[in-house]
Amino acid sequence: MSDDALDRMVPELNQILDWVEQLGSVDVTGIEPMTAVIPNTLRLRDDVVDADPLTGGNRRDAVLANAPAAEHGFFGVPKVIE
Amino acid sequence: MTDLADLTVAAIRAGVAQGSFTAREVAEAFNANVAAAQDALNAFIVATPEQALEAADRVDAARAAGQPLGKLAGVPIGMKDLFATFDVQTTAASHILEGFRPQYESTVSQKLWDAGAGMLGKLNLDQFAMGSSNETSYFGNVVSPWRRAGDTAQLAPGGSSGGSSAAVAARLCPAATGTDTGGSIRQPAAFTGITGIKPTYGRCSRWGIVAFASSLDQAGPMARDVRDCAIMLEAMAGFDPKDATSLDLPVPEWEAGLSADLSGKVVGIPREYRMDGMDGDVAKSWDDGIAWLKDAGAKVVDVSLPHTQYALPAYYIIAPAEASSNLARYDGVRYGLRDLPAGAGLQDMYAATRAAGFGDEVKRRILIGTYVLSAGFYDAYYTQAQKVRTLISHDFKSAFSQCDVILAPTTPTAAFALGEKSGDPLEMYLNDVFSVPASLAGLPAMSVPAGLNREGLPLGLQIIGKAFDEQGVLNAGLAIEQRVGFVAKPERWW
Repeated sequence: MSDDALDRMVPELNQILDWVEQLGSVDVTGIEPMTAVIPNTLRLRDDVVDADPLTGGNRRDAVLANAPAAEHGFFGVPKVIE
Repeated sequence: MTDLADLTVAAIRAGVAQGSFTAREVAEAFNANVAAAQDALNAFIVATPEQALEAADRVDAARAAGQPLGKLAGVPIGMKDLFATFDVQTTAASHILEGFRPQYESTVSQKLWDAGAGMLGKLNLDQFAMGSSNETSYFGNVVSPWRRAGDTAQLAPGGSSGGSSAAVAARLCPAATGTDTGGSIRQPAAFTGITGIKPTYGRCSRWGIVAFASSLDQAGPMARDVRDCAIMLEAMAGFDPKDATSLDLPVPEWEAGLSADLSGKVVGIPREYRMDGMDGDVAKSWDDGIAWLKDAGAKVVDVSLPHTQYALPAYYIIAPAEASSNLARYDGVRYGLRDLPAGAGLQDMYAATRAAGFGDEVKRRILIGTYVLSAGFYDAYYTQAQKVRTLISHDFKSAFSQCDVILAPTTPTAAFALGEKSGDPLEMYLNDVFSVPASLAGLPAMSVPAGLNREGLPLGLQIIGKAFDEQGVLNAGLAIEQRVGFVAKPERWW
């Protein structure tokens, strides 16, 4: 972010953080943090290959279709090894 | 001849099924309205008139062949641009996703197409659904079709589903999808005199919806009346194995179950929502709502939600925390924008891409979220907020031991003007004060029109229900709708 943008945002962020500080005054003795808003059990799907063809394998072209740089069937990125 | 674009979902579906008009005629009427309003209202990011016509033609052909028609056969709708739609640009109103054409369809939109609906286009919204006024979209503000009496100031359509609310209110579509994380269906519905329901968390699959805060995000319909919301919600809801938090429950027949007779029902009025300095028109609409529900046979009792004042600060820790994690995926590698300065390495590319691709409000929330999740502050902020969230959920459980639904205003005021609050993020956040608690508790909640204020702008009443009791919420909404006699619509100036 530019210095200008930071100068603008720092007081805003401080204001927001000052405001959320009020949560510290709530008595939460013995209260568990919420992990699931509606009780639900996590499921396991059947242990088979490509159980759902849409999210299974063999979809290389679809996966790469929106890549800013796709080369030779891979995502292209700038050089990462010095 | 009837103006087809003035018909409700139920009337369109019936008219198409009976042959009073064709689905194509309906799609053409709405396509024309969409095109005519685009410059003034900016409700759509992309219009898809051909898709609307193709879907309509399929319905007309099916009817001609005597085949059974779906629940939404012949109804063209608007799709919030947060839902992935196959090969149609899906942006979440961000620059970073500009040009992104999903190679898959979101579960909710697919269900709507399977029910016979067609797509008029992708609706504008606050960027990544972060905002309450539709002023954070990369594709420009949505302008509400409503104006104050005798005034031409541009008003906010609410947010984040501001394109959806503006489009339904302006008769650009009979119904639209919305998503609600902290009020993003109910607040815009209230601002534009329409109806919108956020179902119980998990009713609608989140698969294919651009993620903001996953423990809060929930899709729901926005339409002109309660029946249309019930019809839409039935089509949108249902178990989806692709969403780990999807509820594995049958979808009730909410439309068939509609009843405005509230005999034997108890409505709770939360005393903490009656705040000092409350807007007089909003307070009056609340009193009206109480009288209407009594008239429908309900008993009214006072209830207490003691942690209400802590809901907003808890929300503005939890939602940014989840957003900072969800939005880490936008890196310029796999999809969307890439900004690669000359000679830059991978890290520089990430930074440049995210700096160029996210708007200010999104950056603000990513920064807050990252901060509250950082090792030294995690317990003080995030864990504390999740504990407060448990207390808020307990508040509702205890209130619902005394009542069936809760009635409150949807928003503290009617629509404000564009620019009026955008300079002060905190003031904007406070607009969600009445809608955020139900989101934190994952409860079904709806906004229905409650009349006009002294400036001629719509107000909304909110009904919050027990988990899984969308029917109770819809029925109380219907009782209000039948008594308020809300027929006002924005005068066409665009």
